[in-house]
Amino acid sequence: MATKQKLRSERMLISMGPQHPSTHGVLRLMLETDGEVVEHAEPHLGYLHRCAEKIGENLTYQQFTPYTDRMDYLASMNENWAWCRAVEELTNLEIPQRGEYIRLIICELNRIASHLLALGTFGLDTGAFTPFLLAFRERETILDIFEAVCGARLTYNYVRVGGVLWDLLPNHVEMIRDFLVQFTSKLDELNDLLSENQIFVKRSANVGIITAEDAIEYGFTGVNLRASGVDWDLRRDEPYSVYPEIEFEVCLGKGIKGTVGDSWDRYYVRVQEMYECVKMILQALDQLPPGDFCGKVPKMLKAPKGREVYVRTENPRGELAFYLVGGGKNIPHRVKARAPAFVSLCPIEDLFHHMYIADLVAALGSLDVVMGQVDR
Amino acid sequence: MIEEAVRFVINIPFGFFGSEAPEWLVFVHCSLIYGGVFMMAFISVLAFGSVWAERKISAWMQARLGPMEVGKYQGCLQTIADALKLLLKEDILPAAADKPLFTIAPILVFAGSLMSYVAIPFGPNLKVADLDIGVFYILGTSAVVVVGIIIAGWSSYSKWSIYGGMRAAAQYVSYEIPTALHLLPVIIMAGSLNLIEIADEQQFFIGPVDCSFLTWNLWPWINPFATVSFIMYYIASLAETNRTPFDLAESESELVAGSHTEYSGIRWSFFFLAEYADMFVVSALGTILYLGGWHGLPIPVIGPYLAPFFFLFKVLFLMFIAIWLRWTLPRLRVDQLTYLCWKVLLPFGMVTVTGTALWQLYFYKTPVGVILGTVIAIGTIWAMIKIYRSESIPEKGKPMARRDQVAATPS
Repeated sequence: MATKQKLRSERMLISMGPQHPSTHGVLRLMLETDGEVVEHAEPHLGYLHRCAEKIGENLTYQQFTPYTDRMDYLASMNENWAWCRAVEELTNLEIPQRGEYIRLIICELNRIASHLLALGTFGLDTGAFTPFLLAFRERETILDIFEAVCGARLTYNYVRVGGVLWDLLPNHVEMIRDFLVQFTSKLDELNDLLSENQIFVKRSANVGIITAEDAIEYGFTGVNLRASGVDWDLRRDEPYSVYPEIEFEVCLGKGIKGTVGDSWDRYYVRVQEMYECVKMILQALDQLPPGDFCGKVPKMLKAPKGREVYVRTENPRGELAFYLVGGGKNIPHRVKARAPAFVSLCPIEDLFHHMYIADLVAALGSLDVVMGQVDR
Repeated sequence: MIEEAVRFVINIPFGFFGSEAPEWLVFVHCSLIYGGVFMMAFISVLAFGSVWAERKISAWMQARLGPMEVGKYQGCLQTIADALKLLLKEDILPAAADKPLFTIAPILVFAGSLMSYVAIPFGPNLKVADLDIGVFYILGTSAVVVVGIIIAGWSSYSKWSIYGGMRAAAQYVSYEIPTALHLLPVIIMAGSLNLIEIADEQQFFIGPVDCSFLTWNLWPWINPFATVSFIMYYIASLAETNRTPFDLAESESELVAGSHTEYSGIRWSFFFLAEYADMFVVSALGTILYLGGWHGLPIPVIGPYLAPFFFLFKVLFLMFIAIWLRWTLPRLRVDQLTYLCWKVLLPFGMVTVTGTALWQLYFYKTPVGVILGTVIAIGTIWAMIKIYRSESIPEKGKPMARRDQVAATPS
């Protein structure tokens, strides 16, 4: 005991981020470390705050769509869709059937792209570099399709209030089909390389376990919730758009390599969801009806004063919801986004407690946060 | 030839006084030329080549092109362009760094790996020094590198650097032991620490044809324990040279760049060069000890002349596997790394050393041994595949502790 008292040691306070390779943007974590073990982590947010919601209260409904692109820059189509759905709900707009199908196809494609990036960067966090670039190669093809469809590669502004901006032409359909045909085999390749890799499994299984109860209490949604074993998917349980006409399975975390709700489960649910996305897009392409792709939308889109809506949409990162209050004129009175990535960050202080630094990086990567959406 | 030229040049000033240069002076100059000029040139060319190869191989694995612009062929001069850029970059000394230590660290790292080259024979007569304790010497000099890396981590005055340095200390020092232990079987078999003797011990001729590829120490019919040792040595050497899956000391996603986070320009390039130089050293050691060195090219007349190239081919093949693994595997966690060292590599090392000693007594190069060794090796591989394929029930982990449910622990 005497020597123990003489040797005074203290915890090291270390700042991880905002310029750190694996904090996925500008997340800053203040780590209190005891050697290799993180005893406490405190997130500092707000490095990417752009007052998007306040800007929304000063723009017309249509003008705000490009701002939603910048929120979750990895799934801009889905973000556009969430906003447009909220506005359409608020103003009771009718959307033509073809527009809905095009939205579904494009947004599911964007879900694949977003999941690919999540898997790639998760691999990168555990030290595997090649899966990252293989995932990016596939994402690149999707971006090419988006470029052909809407002219942009990152911030699309394609899903508009009332429908979509341009029609999906036959050659676009062909591009999408060509991509999907080869995509599943590439996904199998990725599975071989990363998912079943013993080192990767050892790094991610049993790391950052979030039980179903905890996930629900923290308000987790989307993949992170399903990985904890909770069978909940808005596309099936609260169907919107044309999802009722499409058959798909909801993938759940089963704890194949470890415990239900660990990092590997979150990773693997994303992989499985991509297979489902492929099925959904193929069905939607087969069912794609002729007709208008955009409804009649008045230039001055007005919502009655005081009317409020809360519309949830299943995004790659979880449920993105917009709360809108009509302002009487063509400008909303109140805009509020419920960002799933922000919710995913909430358990950080509980989760990153008594954990290796390497595990922290892996668990953070598996939560798949996008700081643009967290800070807005 | 060089010796004569050196003697001639050195004798010029002595000639004025009608005397001859002493033999030790000639020896020192020859060593300087061999060691300093040839080896330095070799390491530079090797590092440039292997950096380019690493880029191209990784690009090939990742469906990219890699460097394509500099140089006529496939961006082959890209590394030289990068080296020039590093030379011209501003040399940044962090204000709070311990300046003497910060300066000396990259030199120590590079000197450590450079010194190893003195003992490596590239062919029967192509060597700088014929050391009787060659293996021992290389193990000793490669330990100097560790000191440099720890100093680099400490002197940078950056928390991430300290992490890198501490990880390096834990990793290298613990992996020195299995590396040395897995070299021991060969030393027992050859009865020598001299690298040339160890290589020559593996040769086997049928008439004029060099059939040493049948009797390399690696093969199970020579000694099945050495086969295991070779695989274990290769794994341990990956950790020694800080390559994925053991690149914890500079793991980019956790520690930014580990111990050389604060280094830039030419100082940083010393760390970089040393990594590739080290890779060559451990691969060369593996080649000489387990793959028969330069022996085993079954071409009768010109075989001996091609021996150095055959040696280089084998070394580069081992380096290629290291590159291949690097771009395939994720990184281990720090506890898994030490687990592998102390609970896998070390016990296996004990077994292989003891086993080799017994094998030498009873079965070495006997017909019974050939059959027995092959059977043991096939059995081991079969058992490994069986174990690997067997479905195991995954262990369960503890979920996260909610602070509102668990009483706060006093810190």
